[in-house]
Amino acid sequence: MHAVVCIKQVPDTQELQVDFDAGVIKRASVPLIVNPFDEFAIEEAVRLKEKHGGAVTALTMGPLSADEALRTALAMGCDAAVHLLDEAFEGSDTWATATVLAKALEKMGEYDVLFFGKATFDGDTGQVAPRVAALLQLPMLNFAAKIAEIDFDGKKVTVERLLETGREVVRANLPAVISVVKEINEPRYPSLLGIRRAKKVDVPTWDAAALALEKDSVGSKGSFAKLERIYRPPARAGGEIVPGEPVDAAKTVTEKLIDQGLI
Amino acid sequence: MANDDYKGILVYIERRRDGTVAPVGPELLGKGRGLADKLGAELAAAAFGPGAAELSAELFAMGADNVYVVEHDLLKDFRPRPYAKALAQLAREAKPTVILAGATTQGRDLAAAAATYLKTGLSADCVGLEVDDAGLLKQTRVSCGGRVMSDWVTPEARPQFATVRPKVMKALEPDRSRAGETTHFNVDLTPDDDVGEVLSFLEAKETVNLGEADIIVSGGRGLGNPEGFELVRELAACLDAAVGASRAAVDAGWIEYAHQVGQTGRTVSPKLYVACGISGAVQHLAGMGTADVIVAINKDEEAPIFKIATYGIVGDLYEVVPALIEEIKNRRG
Repeated sequence: MHAVVCIKQVPDTQELQVDFDAGVIKRASVPLIVNPFDEFAIEEAVRLKEKHGGAVTALTMGPLSADEALRTALAMGCDAAVHLLDEAFEGSDTWATATVLAKALEKMGEYDVLFFGKATFDGDTGQVAPRVAALLQLPMLNFAAKIAEIDFDGKKVTVERLLETGREVVRANLPAVISVVKEINEPRYPSLLGIRRAKKVDVPTWDAAALALEKDSVGSKGSFAKLERIYRPPARAGGEIVPGEPVDAAKTVTEKLIDQGLI
Repeated sequence: MANDDYKGILVYIERRRDGTVAPVGPELLGKGRGLADKLGAELAAAAFGPGAAELSAELFAMGADNVYVVEHDLLKDFRPRPYAKALAQLAREAKPTVILAGATTQGRDLAAAAATYLKTGLSADCVGLEVDDAGLLKQTRVSCGGRVMSDWVTPEARPQFATVRPKVMKALEPDRSRAGETTHFNVDLTPDDDVGEVLSFLEAKETVNLGEADIIVSGGRGLGNPEGFELVRELAACLDAAVGASRAAVDAGWIEYAHQVGQTGRTVSPKLYVACGISGAVQHLAGMGTADVIVAINKDEEAPIFKIATYGIVGDLYEVVPALIEEIKNRRG
């Protein structure tokens, strides 16, 4: 069994600082973390390995600092990691990112399953996993809340996908791309032993040349979507505390909601 | 191919499991109508799967000029690959300059694959769309947990493709006198596209379609115990609302994850959001901050939820919520 987990290092959105005048997110001053949804993806892959044997590889594209995210994945139980690192990758949209990941996966060779978190906390597009699946012509199993059955010999997987009105049980051939939602597991904390081991793992870096990618085909030049500007969300009118005893306030609010035709 | 060859707006019509039109389709037709009129171009709707042809009249009434009906053996259940290939084939033929789909689980799955086949960009979960005189679509989205808004364009590639947050755009009043042209579009799908077999569908026990709900009543840590959700459900039933929850309540095991609103759960945009015992962590606000009206009930007057609440009630929710229920029932007689 070989599982690959695709992860991203993201700024902690709780601590996020944005320079709206310059129109940039201040990355340097913000703590960087493994995208929280990706922790569920790592955990699920490591659990599969613990049950079925085999290996898990963590894969990321990102700047030098992204090495820390890979070390976290290794400390959680991944066996190997690959860092896709090249200035030419900077400014990639979801198309360019998926192009780089797909090339790296082709270079990696054999795998049975690719895991992603359902979306990242910063970009929140949820597009990279389905784009990679489309590029590699693999089945896409999005929003998985449970792996009901997986048969590496028979090359079949059955997952429960969490949709708006219930759960869809769907079976597909392996290799497949699976994106996971929070319900699928509870990620472990890295053990001290894991952290120590993670530091010693040799993590190869692959650049555009190593992936046989033209520099102009990735990064901002290879992207279709262009950012025009970023700005502060409009402030919500609000903050009115309805006066009076709680029960009276409840009456006042009910009246306001009825007057506005909301209820 | 020159961008001038691409004209008009194409809206993907998502269908519910019973085959009826999901509300986000008419919302996108409402927005698409405005965009098409500004461009002096046509608005088309694309409906896939068995019985799609029967939806034409409804889609014309909601603003479409043309309806593309796409039927095929591999399009019975929604599955991303055959659906995305079909949409990409239709787009290559019809050459819309803009494609819109709902930012639902289905729309997000479909659009990302279709945009990849079409080698174009895709903006996710847009809350605003505008076209300029040159036909460039400005796609406005929210990211970084609601902290940042951004405008995106797709300068070169066509079509310009966006998924749009449900309940943000407004459907038109249906006009049954409108008529249009229905085109049956033949798609070329092969057995290779037959990936993923839907074995069954486990319907949720209670309404959790938070994305479509006009009203959501949510409970958080302030409920104190799982039984607190009985009170939340009682208020929700009284308002014909869906039941939501904060991450704290879900992590405590008081309610299923499917109800979770926020950055690790669902993003919602209802007309009315009632937060009971939810302090309003940044991640929660990211998931419901675009609700039209927010009512917050919390003991702690310093709770961040009050900063964005339209109406805040400081008090014990076990006094306030029953008072709300009683008052609503009285008012309705």
